[in-house]
Order: sequence, then structure tokens, then C-alpha cells
Amino acid sequence: MRKVYLYARFQRFWHWMQALIIFLLLVTGLEVHGLFQLLGYETAFHVHNALAWGLVTFIVLAFFWYITTGDFRQYLTEGNILDKIFMQIHYYMIGIFKNEPHPFKKNEISRLNPLQRITYLMLTLVGLPLQILFGFAYFYFNELVALGMNPDWIEPIAVIHTLLAYMLIGFVIMHVYMTTTGHTLTSNIKAMVTGWEEVDE
Amino acid sequence: MNNLLKAGISSVVMYLFAFSHLSAETFHPPVDSLLLSTADHTKFDELKKEFKSGPEVTEACLKCHTEASKQVHRTKHWTWEVLMKDGKMLGKQHVVNNFCISVDSNEPRCTSCHIGYGWKDRTFDFTSEKNVDCLVCHDGTGTYKKFPSGAGHPPYEDKVFGGKTPFKKVDLSYVAQHVANPDRHNCGICHFEGGGGDAVKHGDLDNSLLDPTETLDVHMASGKNELNMTCTDCHKTEGHQVPGSRYEPTARDVHGFDYPLPDDYPTTCASCHGVDPHQNYKKLNDHVDKVACQTCHIPAIAKERPTKVWWDWSKAGKLDEAGRPLVKKDSTGHVVYLGKKGLFTWAKDIEPEYRWFNGEMNYVTFLTEINDSGVVAINHPDGEPRDTLSRIWPFKVHRGKQPYDPQLKRFVKPKLFGPKGSGAYWSDFDWDKSIAEGMEYAGLEYSGTYGFVETEMYWPISHMVSPKEDALSCVECHSRGGRLEKLAGFYLPGRDANGYVEILGLLVIVSSLVGISIHGFMRFVSNKRRVQDGEV
Repeated sequence: MRKVYLYARFQRFWHWMQALIIFLLLVTGLEVHGLFQLLGYETAFHVHNALAWGLVTFIVLAFFWYITTGDFRQYLTEGNILDKIFMQIHYYMIGIFKNEPHPFKKNEISRLNPLQRITYLMLTLVGLPLQILFGFAYFYFNELVALGMNPDWIEPIAVIHTLLAYMLIGFVIMHVYMTTTGHTLTSNIKAMVTGWEEVDE
Repeated sequence: MNNLLKAGISSVVMYLFAFSHLSAETFHPPVDSLLLSTADHTKFDELKKEFKSGPEVTEACLKCHTEASKQVHRTKHWTWEVLMKDGKMLGKQHVVNNFCISVDSNEPRCTSCHIGYGWKDRTFDFTSEKNVDCLVCHDGTGTYKKFPSGAGHPPYEDKVFGGKTPFKKVDLSYVAQHVANPDRHNCGICHFEGGGGDAVKHGDLDNSLLDPTETLDVHMASGKNELNMTCTDCHKTEGHQVPGSRYEPTARDVHGFDYPLPDDYPTTCASCHGVDPHQNYKKLNDHVDKVACQTCHIPAIAKERPTKVWWDWSKAGKLDEAGRPLVKKDSTGHVVYLGKKGLFTWAKDIEPEYRWFNGEMNYVTFLTEINDSGVVAINHPDGEPRDTLSRIWPFKVHRGKQPYDPQLKRFVKPKLFGPKGSGAYWSDFDWDKSIAEGMEYAGLEYSGTYGFVETEMYWPISHMVSPKEDALSCVECHSRGGRLEKLAGFYLPGRDANGYVEILGLLVIVSSLVGISIHGFMRFVSNKRRVQDGEV
């Protein structure tokens, strides 16, 4: 066993802020969608729209940080990515029950396994931007119609925004569960709090 | 010290400017009559005489106001006719309604709300200048009342209506010397009592508006520091043409502020409030193109006095032992059954109903073939979510049952008012005779059989605007089972969802949870087995 410093202070801050914002966005969003009453529709609506700007801010901040620090390299892979993803999936489906070692070792220059790389990359580059885009199109609907958008698009915009939200909930559930698959049940979460993680030699 | 004092005073002044609530007194400063008018009518010799009748007063008025009657002749207050864009001739004279149904053959009773004298039958001369009733609108004393069955004349001697309601002789000379611009009681004497009594017809117009609180009507509220607006502040009248119409309303005013450049529709909310009136939340202004101001800002109608919502003529005709028409009242004193008129339902402080409305009202006439297999809409608002003029509007919908001709499939005009033996229903209680009389009078065909059909009639709501604190909250409409639940054809956030997406979402969430549960359980089991096997 050895301890490695995996997550810089900014990364941890960004991660937990984003986690909080996404959680609140989901709760207020589902309320606005009419699934329950918690804050009240109007408050939920205002909180949701304010948080949307928070999410945008943090994503922009993260992009800036990843680019300027060069840490974006963590998301790059070499060789056959599909093979590597398959190895990781194979581990979660079979190896984990046989106490096999993780197929990819964590260290300072490579803290993400290939499945994480592709998932987080898709989330940050495709999923969240798409969700934000549809959210903003929803909010600035009148302005877009004034610019010539078909008013009938409100329904698909709203429906896609809802669908992406449901998929995001699915991600959050899986993501939280996956944190228990580290060296110990809580070692991954501890690492995201302190920055330090115990990894196999 | 001096500076400190200055700072204190200026902060108090700042506070007063920033937080004192809008005072209406600035709009209604006390003025002496000299500033209002160049004429004092008590000084006119023409008016200092004993008048025997209303038309005599009008003749005196016309000596100075030479063109007044000609102006009034052009109004629908006088003609009771409105020529619609589609060529239909509507207006009170011609429309079907589901209150007292039709004017024809009932004139002396109905025309107690006509702006004229003597319209008792078809022979009335609509070109007569002296038969224009100036006083009903310009009475500044509150003492001028037309006699309910006097064909527009006020009582010229002490009279009693219906055996119990006294009507005192009107002092025409006194009223003529104290004329004024119309105040709320002048308009209200007819418009607050449409349908035969206080609050019966409109739902947003009744005598509670004579002295309303802010909660009832924020514009007309008459208390200290309140706006105290009267009818003509919005229904800005020029040349006796009173703007504002239920036949041809303006469903969406895109012109906005009428000052400095007015449009032809001064009665719209936007004429004073503009087209983006909400200062704090942009999202509220985003609603203006699709939701009428009235929809959110008039959350309830008939706020203080019950309005009629159901009138079943088919139940009329029951007499008591003495042979008099039966009268039943509810615990609040409202009439719920009349042998003359049938069965009523009243409702107070109710939610209006909502429809898309582009300003085009469709009316059935007495010549329209109706479909009697269901409820017949006597009028219905046109509009749909996708046209640019349509907005969601509130309506009072008055429902009931009324006589029709099941063979010709047309509405009929019963003669209701008249002496015994005239065929009038209210005296003879025979529908067949009453309909035959009414239809013959109107020159319309009647097959000789009658039935009753259920009808509904739409009355757009514009009055009794609440203070902004009482406006509808978002969730009243943006929710399942909310006020707009039944309004189809458009996507309403909070109410609508795509079924497939909801199922897919549920699947994603449930399968994630089930998946991690199974996975976690298998990890737990395999781990335990290894511990037992001594692997770890």
C-alpha cells in the first residue's frame, strides 16, 4: 500500500460544487416538472435558473483549469480504447467477485481508468453541455422564437431536457455506487475529500 | 451637527420616496367645479322649469348640445345592433342569450335599460332625437331611475313595481340641473344589473364595484389613497362612442401604451401598463404574448356577490296553491326557483374558465341550425395556441336550458312579458302560446313543437382586477390538475410530459438501482465466501 496525491485542491472543490449544483438542479427540476412539491413551483423555478448559471460557471472554470494546467491529458488514452474499456467492464462484471486486481493501476499521472475517462469525457463534453443548451433554449424560448425559431419546438426542447435529466439521475446513482469499488468501500470518496488515496503497490 | 441633521432629514426623505406606497390622490386632486366645466347647469333658465317627461328634458339639452342625439344614435347603446365582420347582425336586439333569451316582444321590460324613451314595440322611431335619454348616463344626483317596465321612462309619479318595490317620482328639473360626466353608478345601473338583477349576468360586474375594496378591484377601490378609477377612466369616451366590446373585443393589444400615441382600444390593460409590464421577473413578461393579463390578475369572479351560473327554463311553470308563481329562496336569500323563470344556481368567488381567444366571438342567431344532440354553445370564443393573436382568457360560462324548436332545429323567442291573455309566459304560463306569440312578432317560423336544449354562453372577464399580491401563482396553472388542465393543444411546463420519456426515465432509475443492488449483493456474497475459505 502506498498513498498517492490524486486530486488537486481545485479539482476537489470543483467536483463537490458541481455535485451539489447538479443534485439541486435535479431536485428543483423535477419539482418544476410537477413530480412533487418541495420548495414551491416558483421558488424551485428561480433556484433552478440561478443554479444553471452556477453550473455553467463551474464548467467554464474547470475547462480553464484543465487546459492551463495540462491536466486534461488525464482524459487521453493510447492504444485500443475499446479493448481497454472492455477489460474494465470485464473486471466489474467478473473480476471484482473473484478479488482480481483492478486492471489499471492508479498513480499521479493516470488516476482514471479507461471507462472513467470515456464516461467523464462524454459527460463533460456532451451530456452536460447538451443539457445546459436545452435548458437555456427552454428559458430563453421567447427570445429564440423572436429570432425565428419555430414555437412548436417548446415541446421537444422540454422533453429532451427531461430525458437528459433522467439519464443524469441514472449516472449519479451508478457513479455513487462505483465509489465503493475502490481499495476499500470508502477509499475513493476519502480521496475526493482529502486528495490522497491508498492504492496497491 | 448641522451636517448630521441634514443627513438625517435627507435619509427620511429618501425613505419616504422609496417606500411610501403609490398615492392615488395625485390622480384625483380636489378641484372646484370652475376648473371642470365652463357651464353651471343650475344657472340655465331652460332647466329651471317643471318637466313632464324625459323627452322634454332631452329637448332642453339639445338646445345647446345640438349634435348630442345624433352622436348617441350611432352608438350600440342606442341601436342595440352590432354588425360583425362575418356579416351577422348581432347586438342586444338580435342575439340569442340564455338569460331572458330575446328582446323581441318583451320590449317594455328589456328597454328599461335602453338609452332612450318609449321603445315599447317595433314601432319605435330610432331617428327620434328627443327620445334619447341623456339623464340615465349624466345624472349626477343618483336619484334618476328608469321604471323596470316603463319602456325606458322613469316614473313620472310615485309607482310600485311587481306589487312591492316602490319607485318614487323623479324630479326631472333637479336632475337636469345637476348633470355630470358618467360615474360608476350611471353605468352600473344597467351593467351591474344585467340579466335582471345585481350580479346576475357578467360575473365581473356588480354593485359591489360602487364602493369596492382593493382586494375586490384594485383600480376602482374607493378608499383613502386608493386609485378610485371609474368606468370611463378606461372606457375613454369621445363623441358618446364608448369603447370596449364583448362582441368584438381586443384579445391582444400589441400597441401597448396609449400615451403619447393612442390606438383604438383604450380599454386594454396594455393601454396603461404597456406590453412588458412586469419589472422584476422577465419570465412573467414572456407570458404576455400567450396569456391575457386578466387570466392571472383576476383569480376569481363574483368575488363578493353570487352570480348566476345555471338557469333552467324547462323547470319553470310551478304555481303555489293560490295560483301564483312559486318562489323559492336559499338560506342567503337568493332566489333558486321562480315559477316564471325556472331553476337557478348561483356561485360566489369562483374560478373562471379558460379558453384560447383571438377576439373573434362566434354567435348562434335565431336562424342558425343548431345541433341539439349535446350542449349548444350560444357563443364561443375563437382561438388556438398557434395563432399570434390568441391568448388564454378567463370567461364566466353561463349554462342552462332554454326552449328551442326541435323540428326546425332553431332557437325560439318566447314572449315573456305582457298582460294576462297576451300569451306572455310570465302571465299565462303556456310555453306553446308564448313561443308562437314571440315568433310571430319577430316574423320567424315556428313549427309548433318546442323542447328544451342545454346551452352555454361565454362572457369574457376583464373587471375585478386583484392587487398584484393576489395574482395567480405559477403553480395554479403549471401543475397537473391545475386551472389549465383541460386546455389542450400546447405544451405547458409542469402540467405536460411525454409518456415515453417518463417511462424511459423510470426504467433508467429503477434499473440503475436494481443493478447496483444485485451487484453489491454479489460482491458481499463473494467476499463472505472468500473470508470463509480463508482466502483473505
